Amino acid sequence: MKPRTFSWIRLWALVKKEFIHIVRDPRSLAMAFLMPLILLILFGYAITMDIKTLNLVVYDQDKSAASRHYVEGFPASSYFSVVATVENYADVRALLDQGRAHLALVIPPHFARDLEQGRSARVQVLADGSDANTATIALGYAEAITNRFSTTRLDSKVELAVDNRLRVWYNPELKSRWFIIPGLIAVIMTVITALLTSLTVSREWESGTMEQLIATPVQPIELFLGKMAPYFVIGVLDVLFSVAMGVWVFDVPLRGSFLFLLGVTAMFLVGGLSLGIMVSTIAKSQLVASQLAMVVTFLPAFLLSGFLYSIDNMPRFLQAVTHVVQARYFVEVLKNIFLKASPPAFVAGDLIFLGLFAVAVFAVALGKFRKKLA
Amino acid sequence: MSDIALAVSGLGRAFGEMWAVRGLDLEVQRGEIFGLVGPDGAGKTTTMRMLTGILAASEGQATVAGFSIHDDAEAIKARISYMSQRFGLYGDLTVEENLRFYADLYEVPRRDREPLEEKLLGFSNLTPFRKRQARNLSGGMKQKLGLACALIHKPEILFLDEPTNGVDPVSRRDFWRILYAMLKKGVTIFVSTAYLDEAERCSRVGLMHRGRLIRCDTPQKLKEGLPGQLLELETGQPRDAREALAAQLGSSRVSLFGGMLHLYTEDAAEAEQIRAILQQAGIAVLAEKIITPTLEDVFIHWVTRDDAEAAA
Ligand SMILES: Nc1ncnc2c1ncn2[C@@H]1O[C@H](COP(=O)(O)OP(=O)(O)OP(=O)(O)O)[C@@H](O)[C@H]1O
Ligand SMILES: [Mg+2]
Repeated sequence: MKPRTFSWIRLWALVKKEFIHIVRDPRSLAMAFLMPLILLILFGYAITMDIKTLNLVVYDQDKSAASRHYVEGFPASSYFSVVATVENYADVRALLDQGRAHLALVIPPHFARDLEQGRSARVQVLADGSDANTATIALGYAEAITNRFSTTRLDSKVELAVDNRLRVWYNPELKSRWFIIPGLIAVIMTVITALLTSLTVSREWESGTMEQLIATPVQPIELFLGKMAPYFVIGVLDVLFSVAMGVWVFDVPLRGSFLFLLGVTAMFLVGGLSLGIMVSTIAKSQLVASQLAMVVTFLPAFLLSGFLYSIDNMPRFLQAVTHVVQARYFVEVLKNIFLKASPPAFVAGDLIFLGLFAVAVFAVALGKFRKKLA
Repeated sequence: MSDIALAVSGLGRAFGEMWAVRGLDLEVQRGEIFGLVGPDGAGKTTTMRMLTGILAASEGQATVAGFSIHDDAEAIKARISYMSQRFGLYGDLTVEENLRFYADLYEVPRRDREPLEEKLLGFSNLTPFRKRQARNLSGGMKQKLGLACALIHKPEILFLDEPTNGVDPVSRRDFWRILYAMLKKGVTIFVSTAYLDEAERCSRVGLMHRGRLIRCDTPQKLKEGLPGQLLELETGQPRDAREALAAQLGSSRVSLFGGMLHLYTEDAAEAEQIRAILQQAGIAVLAEKIITPTLEDVFIHWVTRDDAEAAA
């Protein structure tokens, strides 16, 4: 009996063939290269570029230490600058109407007393409604700053009196762009990698070429590596382009080692690409496979990776869930590489998990794949 | 190496409640060309897929090239070639690239490659199109490329699922020429086809219907095995004649072959009845003779009878 062994010839044939598919199909080529950059621009701007300095007018009727402390939180956040301090409503209105202020803060006379007595103090905010978008963002930030102030109080809190509660959906914790862009790159790449491989495998099931392929002596591991290799190269380039955009478009400094970045990217890609392959062992049509890939990557990466919402603030069981979210580790390590807030040894744990994830998912995909129809 | 290429017993496959193939018993000798015919949905593709090791059987046994489809599917795959019913090559790869890809998959040694490639391309008249992407080939050329890819590694058994469906007569002839050349080299061929003139060229033919092999023999024996006789009638008004006869005898027994009426009769008495029916309808019989049935007649006879039994 012919020994069934791994063949480099077959693997190389599969790799070449896959490259040809990509190169000759402008659509998949565009998707592979443009999608991450477009997503980065869209989300990057949506999340961070709204963070411009907003003009604030303050009417402090209390003039207490507490109220001053509260107001100071606004310029301190770097999103607001106090353009005027006024003594009556007429001036508030005038400044808003002239467009010189985006937001007005009116602190009631009993602000400090209410807080001391453990009641909640209601602060009135008024926004320039002519630019609804900016007003929304300003209100959202005001709310975030107010919440932050409240958490420093033990038994009392400050509430904003706003008619329509508008929340800032993105960036609710007011993280700075430097933190968000590295995380965003990790999130986008998580989605893209799984999508790319899940599509290329399911396309073969759908078009009938897989039926022909599984009737040959090809080995599943050759098939997987052959599918992953070209997308690995694309993934590395995607990450490099995204990082370059982070640096030059979003002004995030890249302080860490470039080689470290490449190494981590490689580890991440093996896991991400394997995840896409695993998805395609379950979903054999392109539509289902791409949807499944999106579901298993996008939501967890967006919500549970710690990129927008700090994992420490999550309920316990969600914190536990985040351990199997691959993006979590890549987000952490990328932030570390960009900002070098801590030495690389600090993220050793994340690296180990990234490696474990890659090995585990590849093994599961390999175990699940059958050279059979139906 | 045993003389038996395929040994199948009690093979079956169910999809949910429905049995696509059931109770299949079959033996194919090495060097044979075995043809599988049957109407749409008969279970031909399902059978091929089980025998090539790409679809798990629900019940029964089969050994292909000496290996069990249950335990040694991968050993089978190394020894056979399979051409699926649906075009399974890569449309964006050129003729040459597809061929080389399959040569690599089967690890064909480098030194054998080039002459083999040239020979297969020449054989299938694809040499002028070697740089053309497969998706831009005509239907016939696509099928010939499929065959070339299937032959790049010298398989012991060749499985072809309706390989000439929708192929023009010239390409079909090319195709069969290649098959016969392979046969001479001792390759066993297992082919399903919708064309009965192709079935006629097989050493043995299996007739599949509703998941079962209802007849299996040489084309000659199949024709001889048709009970009763086939009457060919020439009339002035073949259509009217057919209608009149069909109304009395049932439509399954009467068919039109290029102006001639083919009637399946069980005995001489029935031949009398037929003349009477035509006379009553005022249709004159110009000529009448007993003919040897074609495979198509055989096919229609057994399939209708099987249907009638299923309905009863
Ligand atoms: N994957 C599947 N899932 C469910 N039913 C199936 C599947 N494959 C085949 N069938 C059913 O099994 C029966 C036999 O199908 P099969 O494709 O083997 O027939 P066939 O003889 O090849 O027909 P055709 O001439 O149309 O190719 C059909 O009723 C078909 O609908
Ligand atoms: Mg079929």
